[in-house]
Amino acid sequence: MKMRPNSALAMMALILGLGSSQLLHAADTTAQVQTLVNQGQHSQALAMADRLLASNARDPQARFLKGIALTELNRLDEAVAVFQKLTGDFPELPEPYNNLAVLYAQQRQYEKARAALEMAIRTHPSYATAHENLGDVYARLASQAYDKALQLDSANAAAQSKLALIREMMSGTNQGSAKTRIATAAAAPAPATPTPTQPATAPNTPVASTPAAESAKAAVPATAPTATPAPTTPAAATTQTRAPVTATAAAAPATAAAADAAQSAEREALQMVDEWAKAWSRKDVKSYLSYYDKDFRAPGGVSRKTWEQEREQRVGKPGKIAIDIEKPTAKIDGDVATVRFRQHYDSPGFNSSTAKTLELVKRNGAWRIRQERVGG
Amino acid sequence: MIAGRRLLVRLLLALWAVTLPAAVSAASAQRGISDAGPDASLEYVFGEIEANRLDSALERTETLLRAYPNFRLAHLIKGDLLLARAKPIATFGNASGGSERIRELRDEAIARLRAYRERPAAANYIPRYLLQMGPEQRYAVVVDTKRARLYVYANDAGKPRFVADYYISHGKAGTDKKVEGDNKTPLGVYQITSFIEQAKLPDLYGSGAFPINYPNEWDRRLGRTGHGIWLHGTPSDTYARAPLSSEGCVTLANQDFLQLSNFVEPGLTPVIISNEIEWLSLDDWQAERKGLQEAIERWRRDWESVDVDRYLAHYSKDFRSDHQDYSDWVAQKRRVATNRQWIKVGLDKLSMLRNPGRDDMVVVTFEQNYRSDGMSDRIRKRQYWLKEGGRWKIVYEGKA
Repeated sequence: MKMRPNSALAMMALILGLGSSQLLHAADTTAQVQTLVNQGQHSQALAMADRLLASNARDPQARFLKGIALTELNRLDEAVAVFQKLTGDFPELPEPYNNLAVLYAQQRQYEKARAALEMAIRTHPSYATAHENLGDVYARLASQAYDKALQLDSANAAAQSKLALIREMMSGTNQGSAKTRIATAAAAPAPATPTPTQPATAPNTPVASTPAAESAKAAVPATAPTATPAPTTPAAATTQTRAPVTATAAAAPATAAAADAAQSAEREALQMVDEWAKAWSRKDVKSYLSYYDKDFRAPGGVSRKTWEQEREQRVGKPGKIAIDIEKPTAKIDGDVATVRFRQHYDSPGFNSSTAKTLELVKRNGAWRIRQERVGG
Repeated sequence: MIAGRRLLVRLLLALWAVTLPAAVSAASAQRGISDAGPDASLEYVFGEIEANRLDSALERTETLLRAYPNFRLAHLIKGDLLLARAKPIATFGNASGGSERIRELRDEAIARLRAYRERPAAANYIPRYLLQMGPEQRYAVVVDTKRARLYVYANDAGKPRFVADYYISHGKAGTDKKVEGDNKTPLGVYQITSFIEQAKLPDLYGSGAFPINYPNEWDRRLGRTGHGIWLHGTPSDTYARAPLSSEGCVTLANQDFLQLSNFVEPGLTPVIISNEIEWLSLDDWQAERKGLQEAIERWRRDWESVDVDRYLAHYSKDFRSDHQDYSDWVAQKRRVATNRQWIKVGLDKLSMLRNPGRDDMVVVTFEQNYRSDGMSDRIRKRQYWLKEGGRWKIVYEGKA
């Protein structure tokens, strides 16, 4: 069960009336913590949150982000304590309940998770993430109840197939809903559409998807490159979807050139990906964008124009970046190629390592990117 | 809600189909029978499901599980109610795998609900079998296998008074045991013979066991075989077993077994096992017992009359004792009677327990105080009285 802590507190800003100047100032700083969290710099985020809390121990945003950082650092008991306290002090906020539930569920304490999510929904009946998580928790609880009803144990083959089935259904659900959750994490607690590409447009929202280049400015230099494997944190992964990547030498297209047409198509596809990454690395926006097909589906359903403007702004940002493409593989199916690789992104402020998949389509004899997504 | 609806429809189709026909006659919802134990809650849960109040149903199910943590049926219902919140569900028991066990739990649900919905009005109805409990028999046990139910009656100055009832399981091959190993539960009038404590038994038997005297006189006469028919508890890993799951024993939840042991006395407490209890109104019950009481009294008086033909007229042509058939019996009685001047017969501690089944047969047990100018003795005696052509006749007589 991949339930994402909800790292956004846009609603909270409204709820708490953050319009007041004092609070605005505070939000300014928590925004930085938020950025660190989004970048996967959890130790730094934790440190900054603690500094903030030293002057204002009650600050719900800082506490919330501290809870998330602790969660990501796998300090789960401390994270639980933070969120528990938050739910006690701000029972009207759904997010702490939701995240508390996520932690409980990780510890297989589904009844507690359920209670927490039901509280989240009680305060915010339309809170989609909590609803989805609660659905998962119910399914888990149902599975436990069935185990008790039928005296199944893991040693039992029937039990295994049954449990596997439920897991499969759930992971299927998760895949469908994962985006929603990620997006929710990235944007507002509303059942957000996957709009990770819009960080610039919503500066007030603590946007998980802040691209790396932008956050390069964000105070904390890469003391320790956090090379987080992409699948661990969907939020980070989402970020990395847009993370500019510099192709370094590693992206060696298949050298073993065969006369075979398929092999040559494969080689061409890998070649294109290599060039694309290189263009990105040297911040050649025009060339970079030229690798995207006219039918390219911009993430988040934004228009091509909006997307291009965004990329232009971000890729073209000052600061050195290095992109490494590791172990690219291409699968050719007629005029469509699927290229998978691990993308290492290196910048002064942000490092990432993520699995990525590009779907290419052949257009006038050249491969072009039709879809770009994180994950195998 | 759609999910809940589907669950509801399937459940109720399955359950109403079985329970509706008889439920009408037993609609009287008098407090008493089945109000203890989980079945009232179960009925409530199904009622809430029917009304599509799934939250309330789940709440009560969870309450139920707090009281009965090993209640698998409730776990299954809980699973369904939870899953219905996560996705649409199709049927009763949505766990895949273990379909046989799901079927068993479904059977248990049906049995419990049927017993609950068709529970007799305790105050006004009496199991037909308890025509007269003996003065030493403080309690009697009556089993209804179709409803998967065991009822305990107290002896209230000769009149049976409902005390408690419990869900039970019986033989996986059903009832009417005939031969050893047929996995069936015997039908008839039996008696608790002893108690075996938990420590001396494997876990399968749960909190202990009360063996009964199968095969009894009548079973032996019919050539029925087998042994080791007990009332006993349940393995520690479950609250209850499927309705048809034993090798012929009657099994109860451990806590029910322990309660039952407060009532049961080895050597005294009768156990009558029936397919489906016939319930009599008080008036009918009185009428039925009166007819037999009079027949027994006539037999006693005719014996005292020293007129052996009048005495023998009470015996059926099908009569057999343990060692004699009718003609041997008649010959012996005539021989003994020739020298008799006077006979006095007293009957004490009389009990009359009707044998379940089509025939009008009653097991009569008493202490017989026999005095005469020849010999005198005091013995416990058992007779089987059968109504033949409208008249009560003795078909078996022996020491009890």
